This record gives sequence, C-alpha cells and structure tokens, in this order.
Amino acid sequence: MAMGGTTEMTIGLAHYLTVSAILLVLGIFGIFLNRKNVIVILMSVELILLSVNLNFVAFSSWLNDLNGQVFAMFVLTVAAAEAAIGLAIVVIYFRNRGSIEVEDISTLKG
Amino acid sequence: MSWTLALPELVLACSGLVLLLAGVIPKQETFFPITMGAIGALLVTAVLVLGQGEGTALGGHYVADAFSGFMKILALGAAALGLLLSIDFNEKEGLGRFEFPVLVLFASLGAMVMISANDLMALYLGLELLSLPLYVIAAFNRDNARSSEAGLKYFVLGALASGLLLYGTTLVYGFAGTTNFDRLADAFSAAQGVSAGVIVGVVFVIAGLAFKVSAVPFHMWTPDVYEGAPTPVTAYFASAPKVAAIALLTRVLLGPFGDLAAQWQQVILLISFGSMILGSFAAIGQINLKRLMAYSSIGHVGYALMGLAVGSDTGLRGLLFYMAIYVFMNVGAFAVLVAMRRQGRAVEQVEDLAGLARTDLGMALWMAAFMFSMAGIPPLAGFFSKLYVFLAAVQGGFWTLAVVGVLTSVVSAYYYLRVVKVMFFDQPAGALDRAPASLTIVMAGTGLFTLLFGLFPAPLLAAAQAAAAALLG
Repeated sequence: MAMGGTTEMTIGLAHYLTVSAILLVLGIFGIFLNRKNVIVILMSVELILLSVNLNFVAFSSWLNDLNGQVFAMFVLTVAAAEAAIGLAIVVIYFRNRGSIEVEDISTLKG
Repeated sequence: MSWTLALPELVLACSGLVLLLAGVIPKQETFFPITMGAIGALLVTAVLVLGQGEGTALGGHYVADAFSGFMKILALGAAALGLLLSIDFNEKEGLGRFEFPVLVLFASLGAMVMISANDLMALYLGLELLSLPLYVIAAFNRDNARSSEAGLKYFVLGALASGLLLYGTTLVYGFAGTTNFDRLADAFSAAQGVSAGVIVGVVFVIAGLAFKVSAVPFHMWTPDVYEGAPTPVTAYFASAPKVAAIALLTRVLLGPFGDLAAQWQQVILLISFGSMILGSFAAIGQINLKRLMAYSSIGHVGYALMGLAVGSDTGLRGLLFYMAIYVFMNVGAFAVLVAMRRQGRAVEQVEDLAGLARTDLGMALWMAAFMFSMAGIPPLAGFFSKLYVFLAAVQGGFWTLAVVGVLTSVVSAYYYLRVVKVMFFDQPAGALDRAPASLTIVMAGTGLFTLLFGLFPAPLLAAAQAAAAALLG
C-alpha cells in the first residue's frame, strides 16, 4: 500500500468497527446529554444509523457477502422516511409550543 | 419461490393503497367509509391468514406457521377493534380524517411482516413499517400540545431503540455471516462457543425489542405517550404493537438464538422481574386513567415475558395465551376510557368515574369486569392467563419468578380495585354522556369474553398449544 514507506499500515475491519462504535456512542450521548435543541437529537439519530451502515458495509466487504450492502440500502431508505416524519412532528410541536428546547418537553410526567 | 404464501400481506398492502386513493379523490371528508373499508380489509386479511399454508417464501425472508397465524389473527383483531373505538371519538374531537385508518392499516401490515419475519432484514423493515405510522398517529391530534409532545417523545426514543436494534443486527450479521434465521440457527447449533460479538449483538437486539414491548428498563416513554396520545390511539398502542413485538422477540430468541438460551435467559428474567415490580408499584399513585393503564400494561408485559424466560413448551403456551386474553380485556377497558365524556368533553381522571354505577350501571359493570380480570381474580379470563404462566414458571423450577408474580399481582389488585371502589361507592361527580353504540358493542363483546372465558378455555388453549409447538418444533 504505502509506496516505499516504512510505516506501512492496512485499514482493516477493526478500524471500521472502531469508527462505527465511536459514532454510535456519540449518537447516544448526543441524545441523552443534549439539553438544547430537538434538531440536535434528530442529527444524533442519523449518526447512529450511519454507524450502523458503516458496520454493514465493512462486514459485507469482509465477509464477501452482498447481503450487508443490501441491508445498508434499506437502512438508508428507512432513515430518510424516519427523518421526514421526525421533522414533521418537530414542526407541529413547534407550532403548538413555540419552542423546541429539550427542557420544555416536559408537560407530560408523573 | 412461492410469493402466494404472503397473500394476506399483499392483500392488506394493496387495500391500504386503494383506501389511500379512495380517501384523497372525493371532495368531502371520507373518514367513516374509509374506516369501514379498513376494518373490512383487516377482517378479509384475517380470513386469508386462517386459510394460509405453511412454509417459507420470498427467498427465506418470510415464514408462515401456526405461531405466525395465531399472532397475526390477534394483531389484526386488535387493530380492527382499535379502529372501531376510534370512529366516534375521532369525529367528536375533530380528528375525523381518513389518514387515520390508513395509517393503522399500514401499521398492522408492519406488525404482520414482523410476525412472519425469518430474516434480520425483514425484521427491521417490519418493525419500521409498524413504528413509523405509530409516531404519526401518536401526534394525530396535531393542534394539541400534549399529543404532539407524545409524538415527539415516542419518535425520539423509538428511533434510538431501532438504532440500537440495528447495531445489534450488524454485529450478529458480521460475526455469524448471515441474516437468515434458519442459517443463524444452524451456525449457532454447530458452533463450539459463540463469539462475544454475537452475544453483544443479541443483547442489543433484545434491548431494541424490549423498548417496543415497553418492558423495564426501556419503559420510560410509555406513560407519557399513553397519556398524551388520543385515547383510541393509546388503546391501539397497548394491544397490536405489543402482540407483534412479543411475537418477534419470541421468534428471534427461540429460533435463531435458541441455542444461546443460557446467554439471553437471564436478561429476559431481569426484564420480567423489573416490569412486574415497576408495573404494580408505579401505578399506585396515578390519578390519570390512561397513565394507570400504561403502568398496568408494563406489568402485563412482565407477566407475559415470564413464559419466555422459562423457555419451555408450557411457558411459551402460557405466553401466547396471556397475550390473547390481554388484548381482549385491554381493548375492553379502553372502550370504557374512550366512552368517558362529560358534556361533550373527554375526561380521563380516575375520579371522573365516581358514582358511575348510579348513573350508568352497564358501563360500570363492564369496567368492573375488566378491572377484576386484569387483577387476576377468578373466574375471569385474566385469572387463567396468569395461572398458565405461573404454572409454567413453577414447573420449570423458577420459584422466585412465580412468587414475585403472585405478590405483584396482589399489589396491582390495589389500584384495579380502587377504580371499582370509585365507581361503586363514591358520590357521583355528575353523569357521563351516554356511550355511543359502537363502544357499547365493543364493551359487551370483550366483556362477555372476559366473563365467560372460564367456561370455554379449550379452543384458545389448543390454538396456543399448536402455535407453541410450531415454534419449538
């Protein structure tokens, strides 16, 4: 790979899995630690789905099996539908409450 | 490759599309005829499911057996009853839009795909097809702040749960090399020790599905969403999606991961313990009936999962039997909740039922039957459902599970009986409006089932037995 370099290194499955695990953890923390804005939560959800897709594609290439890539395409499609529905719900929520601060989403509790 | 095996799903999908068109084209509002059409489509699909053959189809993604038939009939019946509950309520609340029955219909299609899933891909697509319409109908009362908040909460936590589930499926796929349930089962039965990646993946999958059945520790969305969503939507949430998710959890754990029972059994045990305990104690202080029913449904999932934790033939039969009875008594109780209106406004506090026995004895008697049944008092249906899961737990040697189940039943009897006490012994708070005919029919039908079930338990028991045998082989 590296042309004549001594620090030769191949990007293997473990690297992909590490990156995707980091993305997953970032997404989960983004949902739970975020106190500002619902849009950030939607972005975190997308981050989680991207980590899943990265995993699928990495495994698919490692296993020489196309199933994982097909699955990734389905996940992409569903993620688009999910984002559309999520944004629509955020819009009606904003119309009712005039705010999308996470801390305000607390009229239902007990 | 026989796609005709999936005929019930295809018919339901096509009728959903036709109803969507039929709703859009006319100039005037078409809520009532479309709802009737959707109920008809659900019933036709149920008949097709009854006449369905067995086997796998669509490249091994789809499986039909006695288990899937049993669960699909339940999910379709629950959806049809949910639509029946919504007719009057939605018209009075200004929610009479034809999108509602169409969304419920597509959610039921998702439930059927989930129940028949034989591949991780079909599992995920079915789950999302169920969840996406549910996010929308939770927020269906779009001018109401509480309903939109319920939709938002459900969406965020639901998306997180399906993200976790997906991450689990990637790990299972990566470390086992396939997504097909049959090949996964082969891989694990042959394996000399399973890799840690697979086990982590299974735990993620269980977490994602536990969210959908609202089991502890993934229950936190349930009370808020149940309270905020329109009441017929809550009735639907508490029945059909739970049936589908329990079916999927059962099929996944006993099918492809059946040889990993040692790994997942403790997880299901903990979930069952936690749900039973939280469901009985957290409901005690509730004054809102929908919130109370939310905690009650968490508790019921705990009892049902007891059957899965035992993992035996009798345990699985108990689980299926439990879900069947739970659906009927739950829909019945929600029919009373939907009927609660005073001077045209929907009310939902426990105290709004005060003195109901003096103003509307019929409704009070049905509600009392549902509450006694949920508390597990013989000879009502709810007693038998609990009996069979406890029996399975005792036979399997899970004594602590059975004892905790009995104790939490006693605790939960407190809040069920409090509702009865308020209806029969408190001063009337003013008469409720007369229940419309559609709701009275649902109350009477499910009420008679609950009351008389003890006389004829054999057919349902035999069906549950056959379904359990189909899954365990």
